[in-house]
Amino acid sequence: MKALIALEDGTFFEGTSFTGKGETSGEIVFNTSMSGYQEVLTDPSYTGQIVTMTYPIIGSYGINDDDNESAKIHPPAMIMREYNAIPSNFRSTQTLADFLKNENILGIEGVDTRALTKHIREAGAMMCVISTEDLDSESLVSKAKNCESLVGRDLVKDITCSEPYGWTPNGPVPGSNFSSATHGKYKVACIDLGLKYNQLRLLTDRNCSVQVLPASTPAADILAMNPDGVFLSNGPGDPAAVEGVVETVQEILKHKPVFGICLGHQMLGLAYGGTSYKLKFGHRGSNQPVKDLSTGKIEITAQNHGFCVDLDSLNKDEVELTHVNLNDGSLEGMAHKKYSAFSVQHHPENAPGPHDSIYLFDRFIEAMR
Amino acid sequence: MPKRTDIHKILIIGSGPIIISQACEFDYSGTQAVKALKEEGYEVILINSNPATIMTDPEIADRTYIEPITPEFVAKIIEKERPDALLPTLGGQTGLNTAIQLSEQGILEKYGVEMLAADVDVIKKAEGRESFRDAMYKIGLKVPESAIVHTTEEAKSAGERIGFPIIIRPSFTLGGTGGGVAYNRQELVEMCTSGLDLSLNTEVMLERSLLGWKEYELEVMRDTADNVVIICTIENMDAMGVHTGDSITVAPAQTLTDREFQNMRDAAIAIMREMGVETGGSNVQFAVNPEDGELMIIEMNPRVSRSSALASKATGFPIAKIAAKLAVGFTLDEIKNDITQETYAAFEPTIDYCVIKIPRFTFEKFPETEDVLSTAMKSVGETMAIGRTFKEAWQKGLRSLEVGVSGFGGHKKYELENRDKADLENNLKRPNSKRYLYLHEGLKRGYSVEKMFKLTMIDPWYLNNLKQIVDVEEDIIAGGLPKLTGDFLRKCKQYGFSDNQLSYFTGTSEEDIWELREKENQKPVYKLVDTCAAEFAALTPYYYSSYEVENEARQTTGRKVMILGGGPNRIGQGIEFDYCCVHASFALREMGIESIMVNSNPETVSTDYDTSDKLYFEPLTREDVLNIIETEKPDGVIVQFGGQTPLNLAVPLAKMGVPILGTSPDAIDRAEDRERFQQFLQKLDLRQPANATARTPEDAIKIADEIGYPVVVRPSYVLGGRAMRIVYSEKELQKYMIEAVQASADHPILIDKFLKDAIEIDVDAISDGEITVIGGIMQHIEEAGIHSGDSACVLPPHGLKPEMIEEIKEATRAMAAELGVIGLMNVQYAIKDDDLYIIEVNPRASRTVPFISKATGVELAKLATRVMTGQNSAKSASPKRLRSATGL
Repeated sequence: MKALIALEDGTFFEGTSFTGKGETSGEIVFNTSMSGYQEVLTDPSYTGQIVTMTYPIIGSYGINDDDNESAKIHPPAMIMREYNAIPSNFRSTQTLADFLKNENILGIEGVDTRALTKHIREAGAMMCVISTEDLDSESLVSKAKNCESLVGRDLVKDITCSEPYGWTPNGPVPGSNFSSATHGKYKVACIDLGLKYNQLRLLTDRNCSVQVLPASTPAADILAMNPDGVFLSNGPGDPAAVEGVVETVQEILKHKPVFGICLGHQMLGLAYGGTSYKLKFGHRGSNQPVKDLSTGKIEITAQNHGFCVDLDSLNKDEVELTHVNLNDGSLEGMAHKKYSAFSVQHHPENAPGPHDSIYLFDRFIEAMR
Repeated sequence: MPKRTDIHKILIIGSGPIIISQACEFDYSGTQAVKALKEEGYEVILINSNPATIMTDPEIADRTYIEPITPEFVAKIIEKERPDALLPTLGGQTGLNTAIQLSEQGILEKYGVEMLAADVDVIKKAEGRESFRDAMYKIGLKVPESAIVHTTEEAKSAGERIGFPIIIRPSFTLGGTGGGVAYNRQELVEMCTSGLDLSLNTEVMLERSLLGWKEYELEVMRDTADNVVIICTIENMDAMGVHTGDSITVAPAQTLTDREFQNMRDAAIAIMREMGVETGGSNVQFAVNPEDGELMIIEMNPRVSRSSALASKATGFPIAKIAAKLAVGFTLDEIKNDITQETYAAFEPTIDYCVIKIPRFTFEKFPETEDVLSTAMKSVGETMAIGRTFKEAWQKGLRSLEVGVSGFGGHKKYELENRDKADLENNLKRPNSKRYLYLHEGLKRGYSVEKMFKLTMIDPWYLNNLKQIVDVEEDIIAGGLPKLTGDFLRKCKQYGFSDNQLSYFTGTSEEDIWELREKENQKPVYKLVDTCAAEFAALTPYYYSSYEVENEARQTTGRKVMILGGGPNRIGQGIEFDYCCVHASFALREMGIESIMVNSNPETVSTDYDTSDKLYFEPLTREDVLNIIETEKPDGVIVQFGGQTPLNLAVPLAKMGVPILGTSPDAIDRAEDRERFQQFLQKLDLRQPANATARTPEDAIKIADEIGYPVVVRPSYVLGGRAMRIVYSEKELQKYMIEAVQASADHPILIDKFLKDAIEIDVDAISDGEITVIGGIMQHIEEAGIHSGDSACVLPPHGLKPEMIEEIKEATRAMAAELGVIGLMNVQYAIKDDDLYIIEVNPRASRTVPFISKATGVELAKLATRVMTGQNSAKSASPKRLRSATGL
């Protein structure tokens, strides 16, 4: 079914829907990972974003039961050059098309995704509308122009869990986890800003029992659980627009070791008194080189962010720069000099992506010791 | 860490003569490495015995020794040059082995030469079966288990450890009897009982069978700071059991989830660390059980390899160049990414296209070798193709092979409709050089993907993609020419179908389809290979075609010349022709003319992204080349350096109005076409061995009778003596006509009188249309009838009378003038009883050009380029050196 992708700057691209009819909108971004479309689709950080995969052949290994990073699909659409309808992989249980259709997500193929990616690189991430129903380019472009930008929108309040839950090897379990019989050595309270399951898997592997909490949980309630450490997850959108979390973090910092990833890292940046800004087109992929300034070593990281903490806005007497992006020099990691708090902009939990930065989870365990 | 300043002089060992599994990819990697080290201010000493290489050009290294690569010779060079360090990882297995021997003989220690990149222990640890297995166990990785047993009891317990299925090989049996594959304990006991009986020393070897498992390769780099990156993943389309050099391979991996890929990545990194590869590139091979994803390590090579050359071309990341810089102390984050100029080498390339490598074989030249692929490598060359989808890359790859197929299906020569079922299925089951034809035929006959998978063990993902191509073929045939319009025509082109295939399916001509595409405005665009999937702007103009929307080919003005390369290596067309193409490109650059290289061979220097101003990695077919010409509009096209491949394109391109530089296409035809050539010689009053052309077997016998045996027979328009034979009797001739070739009106057979005990002479000359200068006269050591490529030769000729040499020169000049040669020309003569015979005239570069250039110091290919572009007269080719130089 023919589909039209219209960007707010008036550019449009033609494609074909392989998931039936529909119309949707979001911020258009691109991801350069050659594998991992299932993890990308279930990553809550993509809320409100239409993802263009730069790797042209998608769907080849299907969808399996183990690699979901959350309970649902978050991007309103995924764009690719060619959809492969017949997967081949021993773990595959369904096709990408069925996976998308179950949740009414648009899958668009037949697009010159390289041209689209170059356009995003040059013109920046922007709002876009995809439709199989309205194929009038002018009408679609004007719809795209009227879309509400991600800047200034609090996306966290819509996707954070509504009730606390725990984690077992079989997946999430509702309710409190710290009191359960299977608890590990370290109690970690995880503030869910749009969390990925692999963060919980890696913590659990390291002898932690995790308690996932809604983003609105007050600091006093968290501290009352007496966790050994507090984890701030990744999440979508503009950090400056997230309500309440910065204040919670500022309080917790004083009492407990804190580890933040992505949006969690940005929350810490704001909590330290810094500011954030929007990158032109963000970092999304599995090949971003990051330098650990304490060792000088390079780690290849998974990334997915459109906003960034402004390095210059931080008080250097209080905050130490620990990691930097080798490609563009942007801030990738920091630690507080007084409190036991550290964070990274990239995704050490990978999924998809390299495992080079998993050591950061070990560092968190060290901090809780 | 910055580069080391405690070393100044570095010795690099090349890979020597081209052999199967070690070809011109080592010229590519060696040239890159030498240039990289010189760029850093090191003095580079090179040893390589192969003069037909760019790396041995005088301007590449500081000093080059063209000597045999043996410990003795290298030791002498070390004694004389006293290098501080030796870099052994760029010359293939030959370089590595030589370095180990030098180390073991104490020569490196004696002269204080440090081995860079990998020490002897690392190399030996990787190569020793036991030591490698122990190392893998230590880091929790698995290798295929094996055991040697002497009793069934031993076999039983070993069997438990190894896991089924198990390959059973009794030692010392006649003709390998008693071997087999056991799928369970009972079979194991039965087979071992009989195997032990059959074995002369009551010994049976057991090994875990990985037949049918999927095979992968990872190209890995490590620096002194222990940073490790993966450059490329390669998935073999052929399952385990076929040597990876003989497998059709695809990059990146297609059927791995991210989780499985990352596990493989972790394993590769752990292996680099455990093996202790200090710096540089390595290659790790994996087998994966398609049933459950179980991972086994097959081997690792602690050096640059054929796969690293492929990975470099597939991603744009120059592995050998970076490896050389890492060897002298740089770390990955200190080296800029050439292609983007704004990012660093410390990253992992991500690509937004699909790459396919297809090996090229030469079974037809050696009829005694059975066309079955197994664990010993047999291919002589390879081609690479890039497309936005697997289907596009696959079809481009097949036509790049230059074996008479123009894609997946659609070639009259290879119709298999009449093959019986058993024959078809047998050829699907047993990997062979033409399995792609059988894959097509099986799908055409409606075999299901499941059935095809059972027969071939090729992952269903590939088979489904192939089926989609065949389904479109059916649609084209059903709809015919009227259906080939608009979106459907575009879909066909996006599926990689060539004009030639489309014309075959619709009963039209290739020209008709070209015109149809003109009318329908269906033209390819050119996309960039940029290492980063467009995340950063790329500066390097390295292109491939695709049927997409946006064209990234940069518009340039000013004079530009296109060079057509030689395509995949084959016997008779290899590195020597690539050498000429590269020289042409260098000459153009020196003259300030933009150079545009077109080639499909990933092993070569010509397809390095910085050899020419622009590189098009494309098949060398009429359609693909014409498409590029339409985009680039070059002022001229050079066809005489890449061997027969581009020469065959001269006439069709000229017909389309393409300006061919140098010798005119008509003159080329005059030299190639037997009858026109005969008239040409008669006109000049030159002699040829008695000969004629046969179009039927009866013709052939009649002609041979007239000429008298022995005769030389061969099909017309071939290179490198394919299917050429010396035939001594009528019976032999009959056999040849039936078995070796099928003569037809389109493919006549040439029959020449064989001049027994004649002296064969090879002459390379250069002409500007008026003046012809002889580049070299070489005398073959073997008698005439041994193909010139297989014959040792000396320069200058020995024992030829001065009058004869004069006659040869006269004849060469006369022919060049009559043909109107502009550029290079090669003539093969035979001398018998003081009579001079013309065997063959080739108005193009020959295999001997690099040899003569090195021996005389006159760079013939560069000079020819200057002559063709009108910059120089041929006169500048004749310094005294040319006459006095001697080479062997």
